Amino acid sequence: MELDGKVPSGPVQDKWDKYKIDGLKLVNPANKRKYKAIVVGTGLAGASAAASLGELGYNVEAFCYQESPRRAHSIGAQGGINAAKNYQNDGDSIYRLFYDTIKGGDFRAREANVYRLAQLSTAIIDLCVAQGIPFTREYGGLLANRSFGGTQVSRTFYSRGQTGQQLLLGAYQAMMAQVQAGRVTVRGRREMVDLVLVDGEAKGVIMRNLRTGELESYAADAVILASGGYSTVFNLSTNAVGSNVGAAMRAYRKGAYFSNPCYTQIHPTCIPFSGSHQSKLTLMSESLRNDGRVWVPRQKGDTRHPSQIPEQERDYYLERKYPSFGNLSPRDISSRAAKEVCDEGRGVGDTGYAVYLDFEDAFNRLGSEIMDERYGNLFEIYQQITGEDVHEQMRMRIYPAPHYTMGGLWVDYNLQSNVPGLFVLGEANFSDHGANRLGASALMQGLADGYFIIPYTIGNYFARTNPGQVDTDRSEFAQCREEVERRNKELMAIQGNKTAHELRIELGDVMLDNVGMSRSRESLQTALKEIARVRDEFWNNLKVPGTDKALNQELEQAWRLAESLDFAEVMAHDALNREESCGCHFRVEYQTEDGEALRNDREYAYVSAWEFKGVGREPVMHKEPLEFEEVSPSTRSYK
Amino acid sequence: MEFLLRVWRQAGPDAPGGFEEYRARDVKEDMSILEMLDQVNQDLVKEGRDPIVFESDCREGICGVCGLVIEGVPHGEPKKTTTCELRMRHFREGQTITIEPFRAGALPIIKDLMVDRTALDQLIQSGGYVSSRTGSSPEANTIPVAKQDQEEAMDAAECIGCGACVAACPNASAMLFTGAKVSHLAKLPQGRPEAARRVTAMTGRMQELGFGNCSNHYECQAVCPKDIHVKFISRMNREFIKALFKKKN
Ligand SMILES: Cc1cc2nc3c(=O)[nH]c(=O)nc-3n(C[C@H](O)[C@H](O)[C@H](O)COP(=O)(O)OP(=O)(O)OC[C@H]3O[C@@H](n4cnc5c(N)ncnc54)[C@H](O)[C@@H]3O)c2cc1C
Ligand code: FES
Repeated sequence: MELDGKVPSGPVQDKWDKYKIDGLKLVNPANKRKYKAIVVGTGLAGASAAASLGELGYNVEAFCYQESPRRAHSIGAQGGINAAKNYQNDGDSIYRLFYDTIKGGDFRAREANVYRLAQLSTAIIDLCVAQGIPFTREYGGLLANRSFGGTQVSRTFYSRGQTGQQLLLGAYQAMMAQVQAGRVTVRGRREMVDLVLVDGEAKGVIMRNLRTGELESYAADAVILASGGYSTVFNLSTNAVGSNVGAAMRAYRKGAYFSNPCYTQIHPTCIPFSGSHQSKLTLMSESLRNDGRVWVPRQKGDTRHPSQIPEQERDYYLERKYPSFGNLSPRDISSRAAKEVCDEGRGVGDTGYAVYLDFEDAFNRLGSEIMDERYGNLFEIYQQITGEDVHEQMRMRIYPAPHYTMGGLWVDYNLQSNVPGLFVLGEANFSDHGANRLGASALMQGLADGYFIIPYTIGNYFARTNPGQVDTDRSEFAQCREEVERRNKELMAIQGNKTAHELRIELGDVMLDNVGMSRSRESLQTALKEIARVRDEFWNNLKVPGTDKALNQELEQAWRLAESLDFAEVMAHDALNREESCGCHFRVEYQTEDGEALRNDREYAYVSAWEFKGVGREPVMHKEPLEFEEVSPSTRSYK
Repeated sequence: MEFLLRVWRQAGPDAPGGFEEYRARDVKEDMSILEMLDQVNQDLVKEGRDPIVFESDCREGICGVCGLVIEGVPHGEPKKTTTCELRMRHFREGQTITIEPFRAGALPIIKDLMVDRTALDQLIQSGGYVSSRTGSSPEANTIPVAKQDQEEAMDAAECIGCGACVAACPNASAMLFTGAKVSHLAKLPQGRPEAARRVTAMTGRMQELGFGNCSNHYECQAVCPKDIHVKFISRMNREFIKALFKKKN
C-alpha cells in the first residue's frame, strides 16, 4: 500500500501558510475547553505542546515516567538550536536551512515538512527569548551564534553548554504556568503501557503508576505521543538510561506504522568506552570540532605518547578526505571515518577504539581563557570521567556512540499517524531528518512540532469530532488493562536466572555489532537470529523479584526490554530491506570506490512504514514515495 | 577496589527505616557510585533479595534525578559534582561508605533512597515563569541584553533542581532553589514585568509547602553540584522588598 503524506499543493514556500487557511478547520474558542488531549512525554516536544495547547484553552493531561517533567532526556542536549535568522550576515536564509537539512538527511526526508521546519525556526528563537531563556550573547547585547557540522553558516543559538536544559526549562515553565491556570494536569511517575483505540481511533492510554504499581486508565479526544527516541536499543548510548521505545511500540502494536527504524545516528564525539561496568556514554558537544582537529597516527600500533608523534606522522584524516568541511563534516561521515581508522588498527587509547581531538593549535591561537569560555564545562566533564586535564594534555580521546534516532512512528504533514487521533511529535516521529540529522536540529524540530504545528493540526482533527465521546468505563479500557496485567504476570512468573540488565546488554551488543555503524546482509541476518535467541532467553530465563503491584524498578526494566526486543527485529528488517547506503545507514555492499555511501534513488527514494503482524512474525512494509519538487537529489559531497 | 556499604533501607513513606550493610566487590576506579550500586543490585536480584531503590536518568549531572547523601554530605565529596558523576577513585580502598536519602520534611521518602520532590515543581508552578504566550513574541534581537546580565541570569538558571540545597540546610529551606529562579528571571528584561508578582507568590508558596527559612548557614551553596551562589538569596530578598514597596505605592 502507498501511504499519503497529505502534503498540501502549491509552491513549497506557501504550503504551510495556505494550508492554515484552506486546509485546517478551527475550533470555536468557546468549545476548546470541552476537548481534551493526552500528551505522553514532557521533553521539548511534549512540554511545548502541552503549554501551547493549554494557552489555547484546551484541556491537557501530560505524563512522564520521571517524577518531574523538567527531568526529560531533552535536558541533556548541550550544543544548541538552529534557526535561519541570518544574524551573522553570512548568507543564511530559510531556503538554505531547508536545503542543508534535506541534503544532510541524504534526500530521504519529506520536502514540505522540512521547509516548514526551516520557516518556523525563527519564531522559536523569538519565543524562547521572550520566555527568558538566557541564550549566550555578544558584548553588544545581541544574540551569539556558533557553527555546527554539515553547514557553512553560523546559525546555532546556545546557552553555554546547556542549551537543552534551558530550552526544556522554558517549555516546562510555560507548561507549569498552564498547570497554575488549571488547563494542564501533569502526572509524573507514569509509564504508558498501552494505547486505547475506540472504533479505530486513539482515545486513551493505560498508565502504570510507577510508585504504586497500579494500572490507571485515561480517556481523551486525542493522544499525542512525544516519548523520545530508541538509541537505548544499543548497548551504551548517550541517552538517559531510562529512555526507551516502549510507548512507541505500544502504538505500533495497535496499528501505528513504524517508519525508517534503521536510520540511527552515531555521534562522532563521545568519551570512549572504558569497561563493562559503564551505564552510559557521555557526549562531548560537537561544537568542539569548531576548534579541535581530529587525527590518528599514520602507523598502525603506534603507542607513543601523542605529543611525541611529529606532525608528519599524524593523519588528520577528516581534513585529508574532506578538505572543504574538514573537521566539521556531517556526523555520519565523521563517525564512519573514525571507525574505519580504528578498524585499520590505527586507533588510540587502551581499547584501540578512540581517536584524538586535538586542541593544541587552538590553545596557541586563542589562549586558555577563550578556550575555557567556549568549552570550559566540557573540559570539566572530560576530566571528571577520565581523570585527565585537557589543559595539560592539549587533546581528548573520543569515539562515536549511538546518539539519536531519525526513524520513528510514521506521521503525515499534520503529524498525525495512520491511526486517527494519534499524533506523534519530536524524536518519536520520523518526519524531518531523513537518513541523518544535522547537529542542533532536534531541539528545533521538537519545539516546532510542539509550539507551532500541533496547535493547528490537532484543532483540525477536533473540529471534525464531538468532544468527550469516550470515558474510561468503556470495555476497550478494561480489555487493555487485562492484557497489560497478563503480560506483567508473565514477566513475574518466569523466575529464571538472568536479570533484565544482563539481557539488555546482550541485545545491545547484538545491535551494536550487527546493526550499528555499518551493516551487511550477513550481519543483519545474524542480528535477526540473535535477537530471536535473546528474546527466547528473556521469556524463559528472566528474573524479576518482588511484585507487579508495587514500586518495582526491575519490572520497569524488564517491561522496556520486552518492547526493545520486538522493536530490534523491525529495525533489522528495515536495514535488510534497504539495499542502498544513505546517511547513517551504511550497507557495506553499497559503497563507491573510495568508500562513500552509494544511494539508490531509483529504487529506494521512499519512506518505509512497517505494520505489526504479531510477535515473531515478519512485519509488512508500506511505502510513502518521496517526491522532490524543489531540490533535485544529488550526491552528497563534503569534499 | 572493595567497600563496605551502609545503606538506608525503608519499605515505604511511613515504614520505619534503618541501615543495612552490603559488600561491594570488584569495584573499578572509573565507576560512578551509581554504577557500583547497579552492581550490588545485580547480586541482590540474583540472590532473590530486594534491590536497593534509588533514582537516576541522565547519568551526566544535568537532569537532577539522582541525589544521595554520601558520608553525611548531599552528593558527597568532592564539591560541584552530582551523585551520578561521583567516581570511586575519590574513595579509600576498603572504606565504609554510608549512603542515605535526602532528608527534609518537604521531600518525603518514597522508598529506600528515593524521595518525593514534587514540592519543587509546585514552587515553579506558583510563579517561576514568564507569561509569554506562544505566537506573541517580539523579534528576538529587539531588546539587547547586556552580556553581563545574561551571564548572571545564566549562572542562576543553571540550577538542576536536585534538592541538595534543601537536604543540606538545617532549616530545610528552599531559598537557594527559589532564589535562583527569581534571580534568573529578574535579571532579564523579559522577566521584569512580573518580577514583583513572582517573588511574592513563590516565597508565599515556599512557606505553605513547609520549607524552612534561611538563617544564613550557607550549607546550600557548599553542596550545590552547580555551585549556585548564595548571592541569589540576597537578590531574592531585595526583589521581595521592592515588591512590598510596589504594593504600598
Ligand atoms: C547528550 C545529548 C546531547 C544532545 N544535544 C543536542 C543539541 O545540542 N542540539 C539538538 O538539536 N539536539 C541534541 N540532542 C538531541 C535532542 O536532545 C533530542 O532529540 C530531543 O531532546 C528529544 O526531545 P523529545 O521531546 O522528542 O523527547 P525526550 O526529551 O526524550 O522526552 C521523552 C519524554 O517521554 C517520556 N516517556 C517516554 N516513554 C514514556 C512512557 N512509556 N510513558 C510515559 N512517558 C514516557 C519521558 O518521561 C520524557 O518526558 C542531544 C541528545 C543527547 C542524548
Ligand atoms: S542522573 Fe541526572 S543528574 Fe545525576
